[in-house]
Amino acid sequence: MTPQLKVLFPGAVASIQDLGRIGYRRIGVPQSGVMHPDLVWIANALAGNHKDTAVIEFFLSGPTFRLEEGTLRLALAGDFSMELTRGKAKRTLQSWRSVTLEAGDTLQIGPVVSGTVGYVAISGGLNLTPVMGSCATYLRGGFGGVDGKRLSPNSTLEVAREIPAVLRDSGEPDCQLPQPPKFTTLGLTQATSDQDPPATIRVIPGPQDDYFTDAAWHDFQTGNYTVSKESDRMGSRLEGPILAHRPDKNPEIISDGIVPGAIQVPGNGAPIVLLADGPTVGGYPKIATVITIDVPKLAIMPPGSQIHFEVVTPEEAEALLRKHQGEMTDLIKTIEPLELTFEVNLQALYNTSLVSGVVDALDIP
Amino acid sequence: MIKPRFLNLGDSALTLEFGNTIDQHLVSAVAALDARLIQEKEAGRLVGIIETVPTFRSLTVIFDPLVLSRTTLQDQLMMLLDEADSGLQQSTRHWRLPVCYGGEYGPDLESVATSRGLTPEKVVDLHVSQTYLVYMIGFLPGFPYMGDVDPALHMPRLTEPRIRVPVGSVAITGQQTAIYPWESPGGWQLLGRCPLTLFDAQRPEPALLAPGDRVEFQVISASEYKALAEEGQGGSMDVARFLLEEVNT
Repeated sequence: MTPQLKVLFPGAVASIQDLGRIGYRRIGVPQSGVMHPDLVWIANALAGNHKDTAVIEFFLSGPTFRLEEGTLRLALAGDFSMELTRGKAKRTLQSWRSVTLEAGDTLQIGPVVSGTVGYVAISGGLNLTPVMGSCATYLRGGFGGVDGKRLSPNSTLEVAREIPAVLRDSGEPDCQLPQPPKFTTLGLTQATSDQDPPATIRVIPGPQDDYFTDAAWHDFQTGNYTVSKESDRMGSRLEGPILAHRPDKNPEIISDGIVPGAIQVPGNGAPIVLLADGPTVGGYPKIATVITIDVPKLAIMPPGSQIHFEVVTPEEAEALLRKHQGEMTDLIKTIEPLELTFEVNLQALYNTSLVSGVVDALDIP
Repeated sequence: MIKPRFLNLGDSALTLEFGNTIDQHLVSAVAALDARLIQEKEAGRLVGIIETVPTFRSLTVIFDPLVLSRTTLQDQLMMLLDEADSGLQQSTRHWRLPVCYGGEYGPDLESVATSRGLTPEKVVDLHVSQTYLVYMIGFLPGFPYMGDVDPALHMPRLTEPRIRVPVGSVAITGQQTAIYPWESPGGWQLLGRCPLTLFDAQRPEPALLAPGDRVEFQVISASEYKALAEEGQGGSMDVARFLLEEVNT
């Protein structure tokens, strides 16, 4: 019996995504794929899936599911809580864990508390047909995911396989990430006020860094930018100091290649950071490109968030990427069975401020 | 061989810039290096290169810096550039694509004619008299940037881009001409419309056109347009009949 997951309510914008469509930029097909690969790595690890299994990506308000039949394990990453309804009983659960649903259960997810996205991984994955090697939904092109569209209300998602009986019968417990990641590392921030320090987004100058005046470069590196409301999976528009093109250079170039993170500056001088669904080529000069590990942070910032840019070298970016991969690998290794927390978990107790306060009071030299 | 400039496009991509103009020699140089890289990849070498993106004047090489260091990649690209001066990829396909010009299909035909001091018929004549080269595919899936348009037809972009350019619109700006594979915003001047499906994700080769293809246009009537558009919606159109020749050079 294949579990059927019914979408009662899709939330604001939810779509099927994976790590993206590789190898088709040459025919104008963008990478698409998840906005935040680290969160998806966590979700898929909690679900016991391979890293690039397709997941459900949602923005702000989350989806509500009902399991029509079978047994199904979901895993949730991002900063949000959810309500599980089983019969007449309701329980509120936090994210960063897996949840095993039984037929008839309803799971109401979200809304997202920090950042703008959350992820739902499905143990065993969904039954989908890849298009050009990927299940990522590309809304603009109308392909990938489920018919190239957002999740729609009252649609049913077919799960690829049920939890293997051997795991279920031996009572394989749900998993959790015991120490939710440092939110700043993952860019899980709430919209900042003017008093908060802006988040640092690191960039490598180029490819058209020589198209901008010295004043533009000074403003770009010292000014603060605000993420505008007009930001989506294609790109993040920024409000802040206007970046002037050099008078001897054209504010348009003969189109060349773009990758997610590239900062295009059109004639009006207002920068746009292009993201997963952005165009493959563009005709505006690119002052700099956001480094790989900072693209997801920027991509999930709520409108109104403040950022400032810091220039790094490609060597520094490579070292940062290597370090980040190491930290993520270590974090994934900490995933543990959830049952531990139902027993007396001393470590968890020590981690609460109440106990540590007591310990501090007793901490006599 | 033209020596490109190496430009940083973040920590995981390099753009090799061969020049800063729309020029068939640049496109050939880009295609030659691109072909060499694809060969190397297929031979199991250059592990760590994820994909390449050829454009009018540059080749963007996307790589995994944790597998292939930037300096190693740069050295290998320099070596390949030295070898890649022959075996240019020549056009192997020549298309004749049907276009219904003017009226509701080409809302800018009259104004282009007026501003260039020509009759609309002459504008159509000039547009169909040329054989165009597909310089690159990009921006949107399957969008072909083609040239060169007769200098008598060179037009700037619209000052107010359209919010919605209908799918299939055949458009010009400067020396370039294109067919919009999708309904999208756009600032080029619309002369007509082509009823063929330029991009279909379900086809083995989703994009109809490829860089290096030659394209000419053939005038069709509104009723022919409608018949072909209907045939296309059935999803069964054999596009090969619009191919004049496929020559291996």
